[in-house]
Amino acid sequence: MSDRITVAKTYKLYIGGKFPRSESGRSYPVTDAKGTFLANAAQGSRKDARDAVSAARKAFAGWSGTTAYNRGQVLYRVAEVLEGRREQFIAEVATSEGVPAKKAQSLVDTAIDRWVWYAGWTDKIAAVLGSSNPVAGPYFSFSTPEPTGVVAVLAPQQSSLLGLISVIAPVIASGNTCVVITSQDRPLPAITLSEVLATSDVPGGVVNIITGRTAEIAPWLASHGDVNALDLTGAPESIRADLERSAAGTVKRVLRNKPSEDFTVTPDMSRLRAFLETKTVWHPMGV
Amino acid sequence: MWEYAPAPESRDIANLKPSYKMFVDGKFVEGTGEPLKTINPATEEVLAEVSTASQSDVDIAVKAARRAYDRVWSKMPGSERAKYIYRIARQIQERGRELAVLESLDNGKPIKESRDVDVPTAASHFFYHAGWADKLGYAGYGPDPKPLGVAGQVIPWNFPLLMAAWKIAPALACGNTVVLKPAETTPLTALVLADIIQQCDLPPGVVNIIPGAGDVGAALVGHADVDKVAFTGSTDVGKVIQGQLAGTSKKLTLELGGKAANIVFDDAPLDQAVEGIVNGIFFNQGHVCCAGSRLLVQESIADELVEKLHARVSTLRVGDPLDKNTDVGAINSREQLAKIKELTESAEAEGATRWTSSCPLPDKGFFFAPTVFSGVSQAMRIAREEIFGPVLSVLTFRTPEEAVAKANNTPYGLSAGVWTEKGSRILWMAQRMRAGVVWSNTFNRFDPTAPFGGYQESGFGREGGRTGLEAYLDV
Repeated sequence: MSDRITVAKTYKLYIGGKFPRSESGRSYPVTDAKGTFLANAAQGSRKDARDAVSAARKAFAGWSGTTAYNRGQVLYRVAEVLEGRREQFIAEVATSEGVPAKKAQSLVDTAIDRWVWYAGWTDKIAAVLGSSNPVAGPYFSFSTPEPTGVVAVLAPQQSSLLGLISVIAPVIASGNTCVVITSQDRPLPAITLSEVLATSDVPGGVVNIITGRTAEIAPWLASHGDVNALDLTGAPESIRADLERSAAGTVKRVLRNKPSEDFTVTPDMSRLRAFLETKTVWHPMGV
Repeated sequence: MWEYAPAPESRDIANLKPSYKMFVDGKFVEGTGEPLKTINPATEEVLAEVSTASQSDVDIAVKAARRAYDRVWSKMPGSERAKYIYRIARQIQERGRELAVLESLDNGKPIKESRDVDVPTAASHFFYHAGWADKLGYAGYGPDPKPLGVAGQVIPWNFPLLMAAWKIAPALACGNTVVLKPAETTPLTALVLADIIQQCDLPPGVVNIIPGAGDVGAALVGHADVDKVAFTGSTDVGKVIQGQLAGTSKKLTLELGGKAANIVFDDAPLDQAVEGIVNGIFFNQGHVCCAGSRLLVQESIADELVEKLHARVSTLRVGDPLDKNTDVGAINSREQLAKIKELTESAEAEGATRWTSSCPLPDKGFFFAPTVFSGVSQAMRIAREEIFGPVLSVLTFRTPEEAVAKANNTPYGLSAGVWTEKGSRILWMAQRMRAGVVWSNTFNRFDPTAPFGGYQESGFGREGGRTGLEAYLDV
């Protein structure tokens, strides 16, 4: 069997639950850490980014409207499917990041566990961040966290799977939808993750994944009127301030976490909090 | 309408001084900026001359705040900070009448509002946050959350003292020091608050108050040694500030404009709803970022409701802010009055039907008679732009889904109102409205325990409650 020719995969974008090529028709070569050619990935464009925002907006009402229990189960299901693809992820992470198999295994295991951790948050966020407000008057007042909306996520450039999962999971756990620009040079684990999402119960459009040049696509998302928030984690240093300035045009929430973030450390709630709004509701009390 | 004899509050209570200085490093000092004259918008007379900060004064104030932070405030146990903040709350209560009268003189708002809302709520913000100072470890941000450092705060003219309280109280409770710029047209009560802070013996530099115009605000938020910026004001300026802070590590919270929908269903108790609508748009002359400036009324009751509304609005007394009978006071400035007039003219030009109360208006000062536009469509400027004045736009809807769609059809998202007797519908609506505050069968309620702030272009970050502490903690 050793002389069998393997079936090579075409790596495409993931938008609205489908796997289109870039509308631009462009692709770019992806190599391993040593520079050996691995595959051609789709090189996403401004139009792809806009299509992804439309898909994310379309999915928002449904995803944010599901019960927290349901969202938790859908996300847990993703972890189940991730576990089934564990060996594939280990191979891809090892190749993409140039780490030994043992290290890759540890990164993949942490990534899957991270997904489970966030899946478990869906139905606890409101209890932990919400409140009943003891106002000085005959009113019942309560505050509850709600998802911000469509989040543009610039995924970490180095940590191709653990970092990616650490930035996507908190965004969607609370009911946001997102457009993710993957690591530019290490996109293959992200494309495999999109296949996992497509074969789990995550509705199309909740996560949209674009491969390509971060610096080319990110400005269109930062200035897009229908994007509510921006995670700068994977943004190149040279364009971070410009992206923030663009984001100010529509008062986007901006998460400024640095590219140097260590994703092996157990997270706190800050990535969840970054993409939540607080809604306070009042009603009079009386007979 | 019944005739009422005037019942004016004495302006002597305000202890108005001919001139006011800025408050830096625990002392009242002359600023080196061009002094400004603050006027009474109800009479256009000059109330006082106020010294303003120059760029170098901003730097001096920030340095004072930094010193106070490094040497005193960040090292002080929360339990000790708390006692200072409690003192401020008590002094505001003690000097409540003085503050209320001064606020009405400088801002133009009716005395019944400054007396019953602005001043007591300002005191309650200090009292509430004082208690947090030694309990921050219980706020959900880890066992020992740290302050940010020096907070630069810029506030608007619509609730001068109350906004100062909203800004200063949580900043101090969390262990930050403050440089605050009050609005150009309403600096006086913030400077009396400075006097209170001095009398409370707060360590010098913990709170600094520097009057001035927008350039002072820009210098403050742009100062390299400011760690935290909090701004309340227009969305346009908020965007400029957010852009200005791009690429820095300054933490930012913004509380910006709004175009709130106040939604009335056909089963709502109409008389009660009318009171809520009136409160929603005519409270504080409509100078409220969360004002219910878009009335969405279910089509089947629209005519009846608008008729009742006209009758009720006709009884509003517009005039002397110091008169205890006054319902609607003076527009804060000539500029704001011009903006309101311009936008209402655009509504007429675009085909909305104007109804304006025939109430008498004073001969002097900046006044605008309460106005209701009906036949407003969503495309009209009056339905899209923040008016910040006593002007209501009436639109209609047929189904709850349509009400939600129209309410959310705005880049803003600060507040919303819903009036219906049906509990399940209230909760259904509240869940779908993309707004930071939803008042159901009430409107314009504020409390330090209840987080307040916007979605979308109404800003980010919250003020009040446990959630509000995040804005002043390094988390």
